[in-house]
Amino acid sequence: MTDVRDTDMMGAEVLDESLWKIRMRLLWRSFKRNWALFSQSKMGVVGVVIVGFFGFLAILHPILMATAWKGQEAIYDPVIGADSVIVEKTVVTEVTDPSTEMSFTEAMITGEFFPEEGMIIEVPIAPAPPNAKHLLGTDPFGRDIFSQLMFGARAAFILGVIAATSAVVLATVVGSVAAYYGGWMDTWLMRQADLILLLPLLPLLIVIGSFWEIGLWQLGILIGILSGLGATAIILKSQALSVKVKPFNDAARVAGGGNRHIIVRHIIPNVLPLSFLFMMFEVTGAIFLEATLSFFGLLSIPMSWGIMINTSHTQGYTLFGLRAWWLLFPAGLAVTLFAAGFFLIGRAMDVVVNPRLRTR
Amino acid sequence: MVRFIGKRLLQMGLLFIVFLTILFFLLNAQPGDISQQFVGNPDIPPEAKEILRARLGLDQPLFFQYLNYVKNVLTLNLGQSFDHFPRPVSEILLQALPRTLYLFLTATLLSYLVGFQTGKLVAWKRDTPIERFTMVGSIILYTVFYPWFAILMLWFFGSKLGLFPLGKFLDPEKWFDSPYTANQVFNMMLLSALVAAILVGAVYWFTHKIVEPKPRQRARRLLLALVAIGMVVFWMVSPMSQYAADIAYHTILPVTTLTLVFYAAITLLTRSSMLETLREDYIFTARAKGVPEKVIRDRHAARNALLPVTTSFVLSIAAVIGGGIVTESIFSWPGLGLTLLNAVTAEDIPVAMGALAFIGFLALVAHLIADILYAVLDPRIRVES
Repeated sequence: MTDVRDTDMMGAEVLDESLWKIRMRLLWRSFKRNWALFSQSKMGVVGVVIVGFFGFLAILHPILMATAWKGQEAIYDPVIGADSVIVEKTVVTEVTDPSTEMSFTEAMITGEFFPEEGMIIEVPIAPAPPNAKHLLGTDPFGRDIFSQLMFGARAAFILGVIAATSAVVLATVVGSVAAYYGGWMDTWLMRQADLILLLPLLPLLIVIGSFWEIGLWQLGILIGILSGLGATAIILKSQALSVKVKPFNDAARVAGGGNRHIIVRHIIPNVLPLSFLFMMFEVTGAIFLEATLSFFGLLSIPMSWGIMINTSHTQGYTLFGLRAWWLLFPAGLAVTLFAAGFFLIGRAMDVVVNPRLRTR
Repeated sequence: MVRFIGKRLLQMGLLFIVFLTILFFLLNAQPGDISQQFVGNPDIPPEAKEILRARLGLDQPLFFQYLNYVKNVLTLNLGQSFDHFPRPVSEILLQALPRTLYLFLTATLLSYLVGFQTGKLVAWKRDTPIERFTMVGSIILYTVFYPWFAILMLWFFGSKLGLFPLGKFLDPEKWFDSPYTANQVFNMMLLSALVAAILVGAVYWFTHKIVEPKPRQRARRLLLALVAIGMVVFWMVSPMSQYAADIAYHTILPVTTLTLVFYAAITLLTRSSMLETLREDYIFTARAKGVPEKVIRDRHAARNALLPVTTSFVLSIAAVIGGGIVTESIFSWPGLGLTLLNAVTAEDIPVAMGALAFIGFLALVAHLIADILYAVLDPRIRVES
């Protein structure tokens, strides 16, 4: 009984407030409820932390460029910056530690034509190991790895958002339309989805990337279209089918709602939670594709994590292993963690969207 | 069943034509036409260009060009490579095809066989340290950025430990006086693997009828051992053995790398599929009537858990092919994927388009096989068709 009176009282109270405040409060309440469900899965929270960390990096880059690195663009720019870190090396006959010693021949190459044993020569090195000036060292061309990493985070977010949004918007519309109308429209859209599923995506993108100049936006939209008309459309259609048979659609039709009204107001809002979930998985896929394509050097993007891996691989530093760890690990780990973060969020959101998976 | 396969074949044929149509559009959506790439030289008179265009059929209407293109691809008349000039494209691609097939088949089969078994056992041993370890390992392998993982494998096993070669699929020093070409040995290896697979299948098919589990297992082990001994004896006697061994040695690292990633995916999928199946009523019934646990696991649960796994195979073909390209590029494995990548960087359009058509065909055939397999496993589909 008390519950009922409470809601009644709240209802009376509510009338004094403006509508948007009520909406905000309802939104906040449903957010809190969903967050409670979401945070049951520790992996999901880990995912949020990872994505938050990369978001911080992406925001940090322009800030650093405008403050701490201001006027030093020639050094810290992720694409055109270059810095040669100076290291002192001793000339010896027998080189035991190449990072502090050099042979006579090497000394002569640096321009010191009459080297003597024990002479100390300053040489610029690239890639340079991490130091106070470059937190993660420099790449084979002397560019700052940390700066590249942060810039890459921004590129990854841009691509992920474009690809996921376009894919999910397309897939939601296609799935809802196919489920609602059925018939030839359904057959057409679903056969098309089957065909796209069959396409070998990576080889196709490799050829497309070689024929045209593909940047972040183009790639994002391309992935969005291919995925939104393909796999995601099939999954969202099955959700839309289960929404279509709910009685509220009949009620809306009896009340005089047209087809478009029912799709936009009743079917799509009920498919949206699942769409939102698939956006997370979409980001993972898009990032992998982008990084693979830029690893092959087929995209016209100034800098991304894939290009960082490509640079150290083609320059032959990946086989150095731990001796050049700042070339081998940051970029690869970044791609992996970023994709894993969105994947984990998706898995945890699955629990929110799909009540069957909840632990009670 | 025959009707089902026939229908599928027809569908696949249609799909391949659609795929070729997409390729033709890609080719034609490029700025300019192929003759401009061929003779970009301003010294060549316009008449020569016209003659060339006429010879290549570029002066005909687009629709006839399209028909011509489809006919040419179907008759394997793919033109000549720009990069390796007089060599026909089909020759280059046919040379690379067995190598890709080898990588694709071994990786797929291995990852499915081992992954399914692991997933099955892990689902059975819930909440044990083994399960947690396998799960964490699989999730890491599943989410790792594949090219980076391949580079790490190459660095660790190839460079740091020095266990495996750093790339390529043979050691030229051992081959310079070889009486065989690499592809002859390769095809022999593929053929023997195929024979072995058929024999293993036959063993399972014939021992299927033995009802008692103990003698069935004994018969299976005996026959499988016979097949294995037969293979070993064949390769011991064969004069190709040392060359085959060289190729096999070069194969280990790329195949393991490609397998590991897909193995992880299959393990995760089988586990969740098994857990879903274990909640079914027939498992409960089987338990109630006192069927041994192992039989419930293998015959009641795993058999039904196999269906979603097979479906996922159909969806993962594109991913395996993509992974294959990355593997070929990092381990310099001269298959279709590396041919495609090299052609793309060298702007060798005929080879690139041909390789894409080949890869599409490969994907379709794999899809067809998976479909047939699915129908064999799921009686409902057979009966419906």
